[in-house]
Amino acid sequence: MESRDLSLSAPAGIQPCDGQRGDCTHCGPLFRDRFPLLRRNLGGRPLIYLDNGATAQKPEAVIAAEARYYRENNANVHRGMHTLASEATDLYEGCRSRVARFLGVGRPEQVVITRGTTSSLNMVARGLAHRLRPGDEILVTEMEHHANLVPWIRVAKNEGLVLRHLPVTDGGLLDLDRLGELLTDRTRVVALTHVSNVLGTINPVAEIAEAAHRRGALVVVDAAQSVGHLPVSLEALGADLLAFSAHKTYGPMGLGFLAGKPEILEDLDPLESGGEMIETVTMDDATWAEVPHRLEAGTPNVGAAAAFTHALDLIDEVTVERLRTHEISLNAYAWERLSGLGGLKLFGPADPSARGGLISFHDPSVHAHDMAQLLDSRGIAVRAGHHCAQPLHKRLGVVATTRASFAMYNSHDDIDALVDAISYARSVFAI
Amino acid sequence: MNAGMDDLYREVILDHHRSPRCSEPLDHPDAEAAGKNPSCGDEVTLQLAFDGERITAVSVHTEGCAIARASGSILGELLAGRTQQEASLLAEAFRLTMHDENAELADELNPGDLEVLTGVRKFPVRVKCALLPWITLLEAVHALQEGRPVGETTTEV
Repeated sequence: MESRDLSLSAPAGIQPCDGQRGDCTHCGPLFRDRFPLLRRNLGGRPLIYLDNGATAQKPEAVIAAEARYYRENNANVHRGMHTLASEATDLYEGCRSRVARFLGVGRPEQVVITRGTTSSLNMVARGLAHRLRPGDEILVTEMEHHANLVPWIRVAKNEGLVLRHLPVTDGGLLDLDRLGELLTDRTRVVALTHVSNVLGTINPVAEIAEAAHRRGALVVVDAAQSVGHLPVSLEALGADLLAFSAHKTYGPMGLGFLAGKPEILEDLDPLESGGEMIETVTMDDATWAEVPHRLEAGTPNVGAAAAFTHALDLIDEVTVERLRTHEISLNAYAWERLSGLGGLKLFGPADPSARGGLISFHDPSVHAHDMAQLLDSRGIAVRAGHHCAQPLHKRLGVVATTRASFAMYNSHDDIDALVDAISYARSVFAI
Repeated sequence: MNAGMDDLYREVILDHHRSPRCSEPLDHPDAEAAGKNPSCGDEVTLQLAFDGERITAVSVHTEGCAIARASGSILGELLAGRTQQEASLLAEAFRLTMHDENAELADELNPGDLEVLTGVRKFPVRVKCALLPWITLLEAVHALQEGRPVGETTTEV
């Protein structure tokens, strides 16, 4: 895991697909037959699932593992001396170790198991509040998902902080020319997304983290759209804390992670308190357990944790490098075909290597919700709306966009079907 | 077109969407109201002019999806000449009909193209789009009757 190629473009020797059929080795789906839901038909048409940015489909191994946990091992973790409790604890802690290994994190204790990215980021914003003073500054970006914006807005209001944002250029990139002036001696936290869930832009997190660290600021990374799509390493990104969700990574819903540097996790004030997170409790006082348990109050989603390791096993079987090459190929083909339709505004960088596996567009003649509805009638699932990024849409000058987001099982055929369906939607609205 | 899509995007609806009626702003409106569904981005701006109880002129400007735009256009077409009470009754009847698949708009209400819009009921997530202009109208009329300022309306929960 540690020896992964962390470059963002295709590994040497594998050419990204240029969209030409026949001699192309990256046009077809990867491991599609592992995903039972993809066999569904909608209204007599095969489902074409292009809403992976919202949640990915689950492989049979994950579904079976969660069912198996409830059939064979179900018990509460870290309490109870019986066999099942021990098995459940092993599965739960096994997930922690597996995620640590996947992210190249040194010790399993550096991974906190949460309900999802939103939960992780709230844990961070609220957990850091105790070390922030009025006038301290938080730097976010204009392309954040609300999950990495609203918690900071709340903390800033409560603690009298100044919330600044790094703007987005017309080309859909972070305006790094502004970074120098926006990072100040009062900047305590820089919170940014690794991959934009609307633009697809892969942000230069390592570069920004280095500048932030020079100012003594902590770096918090929302990796919800990057884990399982790009190589993600806490160390290579220079992140102090990093959040992601299992369900966008072929795993179950209701499970997420917060990985971080030990001393920073230890400094987080627990957002929730109660069972599981304490050391000793008297009638009027309590002491906290060690990290990560301190940050995991209550009964966790053990079944999901037990299943998620199988999602990571599948990603490792495919390899992140191959997944990345596949998504670059889908990006390139989607950009070419959607541009070819004419009249669509495509957002984010045109370079397929500069984006995660997604593309958002705006059709001035068909509102995004009408578009999504008409695509759905053709069996195609996409997302339409502001994608929980209202400030970014304001910047883009549109209220809503339509987004196609990719996973391993998507293919050039899916993109062809998408383009045909967009033409159909336009024909419905044609004057 | 797909069977299902026929119910949603009827030709009458597409025609209202393409050529919205009564969209010119009024020079001297007696009442104004706005409705907004933030998650869709649908926005309705409604202006009304009265002669006593009777609505003499209407302006509806709708930014948003085809369903919201068509609904706003149909509202504009139907309101002129009705009293405030008649307009409220029609809006209330439409609201009830959109939430009850067995309900029908009574002929006495002269619902015009609004009847076509009830096909949107088969697509529950789009009902809020169809209702936005009408709920905005109800807020305007209620505010007038209660002598209070008009609030901004939404049909998102």
